[in-house]
Amino acid sequence: MTWWHRLWRRRQLEEQLEMELRFHLEQHAADLIARGCHPEEARRQARLALGGAEQVKEECRDARGTRWLEDLWQDFRYALRTLRQRPGFAVVALLTLALGIGATTVMFTVINGVLLKPLNYPDPDRLVTLNEQTKGITDYRWGDLWAYSYPNYLDCKRQTSSLDMAAWRYGGGTVSAPGEAEHVDGVEMSSELFPVLGVTLSRGRAFLPEDDRPGAAPVAIISYGLWQRHYGGSPAAIGRPLVFEGKSYTVVGIAPPGFRLSWEPDVMTPIGQDTQAIMQSRDAHPGIDVWARLRPGATLEEAQTELAVIGRRLAAQYPKTNAGRGFVARPLRQELVTELVGDARGMPWLLLGAVSLVLLIACVNVASLLLARAVSRERELAMRVALGASRGRLVRQCLTESAMLGLAGGVLGLWLAAMGIRPFVAFWPGSLPRAEETQLDWHVLLFALAVSLLSGFLFGLAPALRAPTRNLEQILRAGARTVAGSSRRLHSSFVVSEIALAVVLLVSAGILGKTLLRLSSLDPGIDTRNLLITRTALAPSVLANPARIPATWQDLLDRARRVPGVQSAAMVDTVPLREGNNQIGYWTTPAMPEKHQMPLALSSSVTPDYLKVMGIPLREGRFFDEHDRTGSKLVIVIDEVMAQHAFGGQDPIGKQLWMPDMPCIGPKGETFYDCTNPYEVVGVVGHVRYWGLAGDDQAHVRDQFYYPFAQVPEPFLSRWSELMSIAVRTKIPPLNLLEPLRREVRGATGDQVLYEVYTMEQLASRSLAQQRFLLLLFGIFAGLALLLACIGIYGVLAYITSRRVPEIGVRMAFGASPRDVIRLVLRQSLVMIFAGVGVGMTAALVAARLLEHLVTGVRSVEPLTFAMMICVLVAAALIASFLPARRASRVDPMSALREE
Amino acid sequence: MTAKSDLPQGTLDLLILKVVALGPVHGYAIAQRLQQVSRYVVQVPQGSLYPALHRLENRGLLAADWKETETGREAKVYRLTRKGRAQLETEAASWQRLTEAVGLILKMAAGGAE
Repeated sequence: MTWWHRLWRRRQLEEQLEMELRFHLEQHAADLIARGCHPEEARRQARLALGGAEQVKEECRDARGTRWLEDLWQDFRYALRTLRQRPGFAVVALLTLALGIGATTVMFTVINGVLLKPLNYPDPDRLVTLNEQTKGITDYRWGDLWAYSYPNYLDCKRQTSSLDMAAWRYGGGTVSAPGEAEHVDGVEMSSELFPVLGVTLSRGRAFLPEDDRPGAAPVAIISYGLWQRHYGGSPAAIGRPLVFEGKSYTVVGIAPPGFRLSWEPDVMTPIGQDTQAIMQSRDAHPGIDVWARLRPGATLEEAQTELAVIGRRLAAQYPKTNAGRGFVARPLRQELVTELVGDARGMPWLLLGAVSLVLLIACVNVASLLLARAVSRERELAMRVALGASRGRLVRQCLTESAMLGLAGGVLGLWLAAMGIRPFVAFWPGSLPRAEETQLDWHVLLFALAVSLLSGFLFGLAPALRAPTRNLEQILRAGARTVAGSSRRLHSSFVVSEIALAVVLLVSAGILGKTLLRLSSLDPGIDTRNLLITRTALAPSVLANPARIPATWQDLLDRARRVPGVQSAAMVDTVPLREGNNQIGYWTTPAMPEKHQMPLALSSSVTPDYLKVMGIPLREGRFFDEHDRTGSKLVIVIDEVMAQHAFGGQDPIGKQLWMPDMPCIGPKGETFYDCTNPYEVVGVVGHVRYWGLAGDDQAHVRDQFYYPFAQVPEPFLSRWSELMSIAVRTKIPPLNLLEPLRREVRGATGDQVLYEVYTMEQLASRSLAQQRFLLLLFGIFAGLALLLACIGIYGVLAYITSRRVPEIGVRMAFGASPRDVIRLVLRQSLVMIFAGVGVGMTAALVAARLLEHLVTGVRSVEPLTFAMMICVLVAAALIASFLPARRASRVDPMSALREE
Repeated sequence: MTAKSDLPQGTLDLLILKVVALGPVHGYAIAQRLQQVSRYVVQVPQGSLYPALHRLENRGLLAADWKETETGREAKVYRLTRKGRAQLETEAASWQRLTEAVGLILKMAAGGAE
């Protein structure tokens, strides 16, 4: 019989035990009677011989080994009864806990979904990402890691025996048929990618090796979303044509819903069909990502060793391009998390930390409630000890009760978290990466369970350890109103720790608020009102024919200007406060050092109206005009930061700069990125906070310069045109102009589309989204903490004071005035408050450091903010203690003394 | 009447197993048997008999059935399980060894005094 059975059949076992003992007694008595004993005497002797029947039964029950469970059950029912007796206490405790546990669980869910869960591919820990690596050449932009060149990828793939390799590369563009034209993200991928990732298509087939080579029939795989949008989800889409970038492809497959690499591609084409020169050069690095899966039995170390061998072999074979160049593999998961989450990585942890502080305060509050109750139940407990309960038994009972509270709070909290997670994720600044993967799963359940039990243990421990063992007699005899000194000390330490925790959260919230205020008041360097920025894709037919590009852009700008409500319009490739930038090294003499040793500047290629449209002030010289075009002198305009940085105090106008990375035509008409032409500075303009209001001050590259789009040589034009955006200054709210603008620029073929549309105000506000979001949450947490701490102080003081009523009565009988009594109580609370503030300040300094480290734009030393927040706290705490103090001052001395 | 001695620690289980090994028997009979066989030398506290029986039952050394006795009453009758028999053999053997060893030591002490 297992213990489970024994527990289950408890009643039956009890009956049998009863029967067995009765049989024994009767049998014994019968024997004695047979020997001539008087029946009455016989029964007495039999009972004596057996000993106390109840004691024997109890020992038999112990022998069953299910004792602890029965006790647990008993404790459970007892706890339920006592909680039901005081529903007010139960409700307050449960709500406090549910809030704390719920908020903590939400934060953990985010961390779990975004940072901890493996990638959404089967067996994700066998996936690696590969890069080229150079020795000696590092810069902070790329480190020493390079994207693969396509020939190097092909060689590695042929020679490796430990990896199944696949490559992919960004290839966005315009889908113009079927359906309405749309600009989409796409990838060129090798035929191995789907098998390597272990992803099966939802329809059709993956690419075959014969698709993945130059000259093969053009085929495409489309995303589930594009299939729905352009083919209405029809199964007949397979085999139908898709016009992408002006070229017709046959759809062969449909990716599963939610399929993503670093982003979600809509159109996938075979990388081997890309015949651009850049794909054939071993020297070019056209943004190819190489992912691989370790073959069965191979380890990462073996793969590394093998890659090193291949690297040396290729370096010997192609010394010109591959000398000093090797290959490395790193776990894909780690890499992707960094890439996807980027800056947001620290934030969930920060919030989890903050929210745990709230939970801790909640625990302390419940602990002090429980302790107060434990003290008033002291006589009951003492009575039970006197009746034979062991101390361990009482501790266990107290802990059962608090564990129950904790678990009940946890269930409520989990419910809150389940309700709250969707809105919370939706509210996350800049859309939470992998948001769709954020949900409650068994990790979260386990976490919530652990947190609930831990909290239960935390707040149950103090009252449990107080279970009386000594001086029973004294406790039993004493009146109910005696507070043991140790309880008062414990209560005070609760208040102190609550205040300390609240200080940390309040000061953090204060610092964030101050930061946000300071950042919002900064001048972004541009006029953000009534400014619309949108990427624009030219018709694929135009892009294919660079000679037509300048006129098409000119026409597009003219059309935009004609839309009623538009004041002016300009073109630009990289836009401040938006993702994407182009960093170019510069030098003030023709004798240029190695590229990685040059200072860097942010470059933007623009049309002449750009300055006017953006509202950037001209400081000196001139901006571009119609005369700056191909063939005329190469000119640039720099910002004041770059003027200072490059030329010190000298007048920059007329000075020349050498920039090897500029698009350039060589002496014999060839195009390259080793430009030796000088660029003349013709003007200086104001600095723009390109990296965002928060981030610009700490950015590595703050120099900025502009060059005329009209001077970009023709061979570069189609590439540049893929990146162009138009900026439109409007007289009315800019988003109202979006539809007219879309219609106007659609063009003759109807496939020129706007995408990634923002107003400049949206971009500016987005650059502070993280700070704003943190401030809001910390504000809520700090408010909660303040409230909980005040409730705690109020509760503890009310309790301590009520226990001191007789003492206060005596004092008043001896002539103390109500004012003296108030002072007496307040002094007691002030001691606790200041102790708490002292401890909290130290912790808050650490928290401030952490914030400075994790959130851009925060300065940790803010004495004024510290002072203000602490004033708020002390004021609130004093108000909370004033109520019990006043009640104490109204004690009627006579009745107080009589009560004693 | 000779003086009664208390049972040495842990021997009650052994004695119970031995008694039950002779054939299925109920609790009262075990108490009787122990007293008779030990010629009233060994004091078996009846109060600790039942907890011991239940403990042995839970350890799977004894099994119990409810059976009708000669007097027509339902009684819980214990019998030895296979595991119980094995346990009895090992414990009996070790008890044997122990008593022999103790006996030897006592004899030697007597010899030394001669």
